[in-house]
Amino acid sequence: MARITAKAVAQETSFYAAVVFFVVLAAFPFYWMLITSFKTNGDLYNVTNIPFWFNDPPTLDHFRYLFEKTLFTTWLLNSLIIGVVVTLITLVTALPAAYSLARMTGRNGEALGIGIFLTYLVPPTLLFLPLSRVIAMLGLQNSMWSLVVVYPTFTIPFCTWLLMGFFKSMPREIEEAAIVDGCSLFGAFVKMAIPLSVPGILTTVIFTFTLTLQEFVYALTFVSASDQKPITLGVATDLIRGDVFYWGEIMAGALIASIPVAIAYNLFLDRFISGITGGAVK
Amino acid sequence: MAAVLTRDIVKKFGEVPAVNGISLNIPDGEFMVLLGPSGCGKTTYLRIICGLEQQTSGDLLIGGNIVNELPPRARGVAMMFQSYGLYPHYTVRNNIAFPLKTQRVPRVEIDKKVEWASQLLGIKRLLDRKPRELSGGERQRVALARALVREPTALLLDEPLSNLDAKLRASARLEIKAFQQRVGLTTIYVTHDQVEAMGMGDRIAVIDGGRVRQVGTPTEIYDDPADRFVATFVGTPPMNILDQNGGAVGFRPENFLPKDMMEDQSFAEFNFRVDRSEYLGSERIVYGVVEGFDPKQIVTAKLPPAHVDEASIRPGEWHPFAVRNAALRYFDADGNRASRH
Amino acid sequence: MVAIADSVPKPISRFRFILDRRDVLGALFVAPAILYVLLLVGVPFLMAIYYSLSAYTIYNPEWTFVGLSNFVDILENPVFKTTLYNTFIFTFGSQMLGLVLGKFGALLLLRPFPGRKIVRALIILPWAVPVALATVAWQWMFDSLYSVINWTLIAAGLIDRANAPNWLGNPDLAMLSIIVVNGWRFFPFAIVIFLAGITAVPQDVIDAATVDGAGFWRRNYQIILPMILPIMTIGLVFGIVFTFTDLSIVFLMTNGGPVGATSVLGFAGFQTGIVSGDVSHGAAISLFMLPVLLVIVVVMLRFIRRREI
Repeated sequence: MARITAKAVAQETSFYAAVVFFVVLAAFPFYWMLITSFKTNGDLYNVTNIPFWFNDPPTLDHFRYLFEKTLFTTWLLNSLIIGVVVTLITLVTALPAAYSLARMTGRNGEALGIGIFLTYLVPPTLLFLPLSRVIAMLGLQNSMWSLVVVYPTFTIPFCTWLLMGFFKSMPREIEEAAIVDGCSLFGAFVKMAIPLSVPGILTTVIFTFTLTLQEFVYALTFVSASDQKPITLGVATDLIRGDVFYWGEIMAGALIASIPVAIAYNLFLDRFISGITGGAVK
Repeated sequence: MAAVLTRDIVKKFGEVPAVNGISLNIPDGEFMVLLGPSGCGKTTYLRIICGLEQQTSGDLLIGGNIVNELPPRARGVAMMFQSYGLYPHYTVRNNIAFPLKTQRVPRVEIDKKVEWASQLLGIKRLLDRKPRELSGGERQRVALARALVREPTALLLDEPLSNLDAKLRASARLEIKAFQQRVGLTTIYVTHDQVEAMGMGDRIAVIDGGRVRQVGTPTEIYDDPADRFVATFVGTPPMNILDQNGGAVGFRPENFLPKDMMEDQSFAEFNFRVDRSEYLGSERIVYGVVEGFDPKQIVTAKLPPAHVDEASIRPGEWHPFAVRNAALRYFDADGNRASRH
Repeated sequence: MVAIADSVPKPISRFRFILDRRDVLGALFVAPAILYVLLLVGVPFLMAIYYSLSAYTIYNPEWTFVGLSNFVDILENPVFKTTLYNTFIFTFGSQMLGLVLGKFGALLLLRPFPGRKIVRALIILPWAVPVALATVAWQWMFDSLYSVINWTLIAAGLIDRANAPNWLGNPDLAMLSIIVVNGWRFFPFAIVIFLAGITAVPQDVIDAATVDGAGFWRRNYQIILPMILPIMTIGLVFGIVFTFTDLSIVFLMTNGGPVGATSVLGFAGFQTGIVSGDVSHGAAISLFMLPVLLVIVVVMLRFIRRREI
């Protein structure tokens, strides 16, 4: 039997203890979200109960209430529509822009790329005031379509930058071969660059969608009508009657709204990282 | 097929001239090699001929027509890239058909031509595979088929063998040369490897610093170098060049032999102290110093098998060596060839 | 193919090959994106500056140029000073927390161990999930009556019910709470950034250091850290920019309270400009974010440029 030193055991134990600490730290609020959504109100609002597990049997009441008595499904639909339309707008604008910037060598291309990316850092809490006037001028106040107009202001810069990274890592030879073989520059873009960057495009689509789902500030500012709210805004602000928070329903709604985003991030994390490091760390 | 003619092509990137005035006349059907070290401008020049870069000044004529403003597809040239540039998402068949599709050739024609090209290169059985399933040699043949299928005016190759390992390179070299001779296509081939250049070219243009140093057949380049650069760039080991009287005298290692091997010819004698020797099997390379010249200049001699036995040329000793007069090359102070003075 | 003719140059129609012209196509491709950004970011930005320099409220829509008097107004307001101070504390505190947790988390995730994939998926959650939803969960966790944290502390005997901390009602605790939530949100992102940076360091460099006798700490702080500084800086830029201008966490958890103790610039701009309808002062408050942001971004970009190997 191999000699297991006390030091090694201590090291391993402290390692795993640290891992557990981090996992609990990160995931506990979500466990809390999960368990709250399945607990009966009586169980929830009882200070003497042990909160970490069920005291009464779990229930689907909150979910039922959410779907039947609130505008939850409307919010889901709103977010879906917003997500799809914004993603389309973003792709149509960012894809050619990223390609042009990635292939345009020299100072100008670089500078413009960085310039576009910097607009991503302009805070919504600065732009929301003038933008609310613009939205009013367009007659879109209090409508979810105001968000469709405004969201591309940050999805386009972000996606352009992400796609630039992907295009830069694609060798030029294939597009050049296509040009020599008779394509125009535009033809080479459509027939070669796009089909070969489908993984990059897919990642961009997923991240654009999650960006629109996550957004809160513009939604809060422009939309107050309950049936126009996207899901994040709705769950966070609209499940209150009078002064009473419907915690069970809120947590249920938050849970449902969080799951797709969390899954998407996990599946595409590696691609996302290579996109970032490809563009940022040369 | 067409002849390619360039007049004083200059290409500047900012202030720096990558190509500094190259004029070349490549007749129809010739295999012209552009040989030079990295960064000498040969690839830029090739890309200008192809149309992927635009020259700053100078004219380019293909088949007698000025094509300065035309994109690649209007020039009718075909190019083979270093990594072949095969389309990874198309089958071999669609790769070869692609240049025809862009010209809107009718379907029936396309199929015929793809048959013909794949037959010529022996890749018919690969037509439904994707590039990633092919070996290096197979990919090269697909790239050639694709280049050939539209009967181009000229074939341009950019260091196509540099990604292959040494063993494959020799057979690939033979294939390309045989292919070109069979088809009779005007070919311009860029490389930094002088073995490739000497082995394949009908003529070689040695390029350095964006300018052509010399154009000629391999024999001319080797035996009659126009300047020191060409003299030392071609040939392994490189020509020995010894400074003397403001100019220089040069002789190739295989001409630098022990005096007792000179058979009654006029020759120049040198006292040679051997410092080091490398045994390579078929020959022995000997390094040393020649009396009367700069002791820091290392002189090499390439000795034939007869002298392979180490005992005959011992390190540390002085030996009488000689070079036939006819094998001596003289250079003036600027490095250009001068006649014997 | 090209028609056989003489060598006299034929004038080629400029439009025949327009889809080949790199400059034309390049400009066309970028145009929509630039247009969108100019119209919906650039113009509003200028509008915000204009608002801050004029007197305008929703109730009195007359534009008059008042110079810097809006800025003077808000600077004289003592609540604003607190807001400014809060914003810095909030940003600094949460970034530090996030960085420290991120560094150690990254080190833990470096070596493979059974279940690492699941652990990674769980650790990513705070960053992956929308801010507002995660904040709402924490809101519930901090609830004055039903806080699970308090329950745990009471059960552990550390405090009794009468003295249970009112996380969101007590000024200092409220600030601590929002710092914790923001740091918690930020640390997975920090882990991802650190991991990306560390794995980008070539193994030969680390091996050479080991052969040269560098121990764990020296290897980490003298070799690895300098090499990941560029990517770390970028991560920090993101973190600072988004924290400094944040509104969501404060709005949802404390609504700026108690009594402005957690009011930050983004929130104050929202309160003044949108809720109260005082557009000019709201814009002026929001613009206060700008100098700090500019300085941060410029300093860090310079820093990266200089360090590019």
